[in-house]
Amino acid sequence: MGLKRDVSLKDFLRYKGKGPMLTFILHRIGGLGMVTFVGLHVLASFVGGRVGPAINLIYENWIFQIVVFFCVLFHVINGLRIVILDLWPKLIEHQREAIWLEWMIFLPVYGMAVYVIVNTALGG
Amino acid sequence: MLAKRRTLSLAKRGFDFEIFMWLFVRLSALAMYLFALIGLVGALIMGARTQVNFADLMRWTFMPDSNHVLMNTTLNNIANLDVWVTLFWKIMGSLFVTFAAAHGLHGLLSVVEDYLKNSAVRRFLRYFVLVLTVVGIAIAIYVVWTK
Repeated sequence: MGLKRDVSLKDFLRYKGKGPMLTFILHRIGGLGMVTFVGLHVLASFVGGRVGPAINLIYENWIFQIVVFFCVLFHVINGLRIVILDLWPKLIEHQREAIWLEWMIFLPVYGMAVYVIVNTALGG
Repeated sequence: MLAKRRTLSLAKRGFDFEIFMWLFVRLSALAMYLFALIGLVGALIMGARTQVNFADLMRWTFMPDSNHVLMNTTLNNIANLDVWVTLFWKIMGSLFVTFAAAHGLHGLLSVVEDYLKNSAVRRFLRYFVLVLTVVGIAIAIYVVWTK
């Protein structure tokens, strides 16, 4: 059974899903980012030697941590919205409000984390 | 006016592997929120409010591995190191990493499958991801218990 999943790049870019689409894209980017970066970090801690610490030095660099924190926090907070709306489908009516609420939680939490990371990195 | 039911009963919906994994992704997410909450509350009980900086507290919350708070000795000023390296936290870390790897690698599969048309490649990828998940969990648990 072949499924048709063909969406050209042009159609993809023209699709204007606005807020919900943005969260969908960022959720995927965050998820893939975590699988890649955290996976690499675990693997680097496993292999040791000279390669492992070198990879972890990049991973633990404060600039890279800002990226990792975005992936994790966005995925976690958006994921909670998805779980709640999926397990209680009646709430799907309020999905736009849920997305606003989500940004209102994400921005201060992420902002605070970035502030602390930058502050300790520069002012240390 | 009677509200129309928009959800099917479980019997009508059928319950195959896809639906099982759909549910697993949601439930493992909920489980990980619980682990994160335990990590956060546990860290605060162990004195994180004054001894650990906010960013490292978050790293600990999402993976209770002692390196995440003990590493930054210039920033964190932990009074009692031993409570951060206990059997309880190693078990919590192993559970967290098991759910995270299964959830994450299944997520990777569903993202990649969205852009794949060849069903033979998709089938190969499913087994590949399954092996990757098992190996990944084993490696991650080894790291948690030995480093």
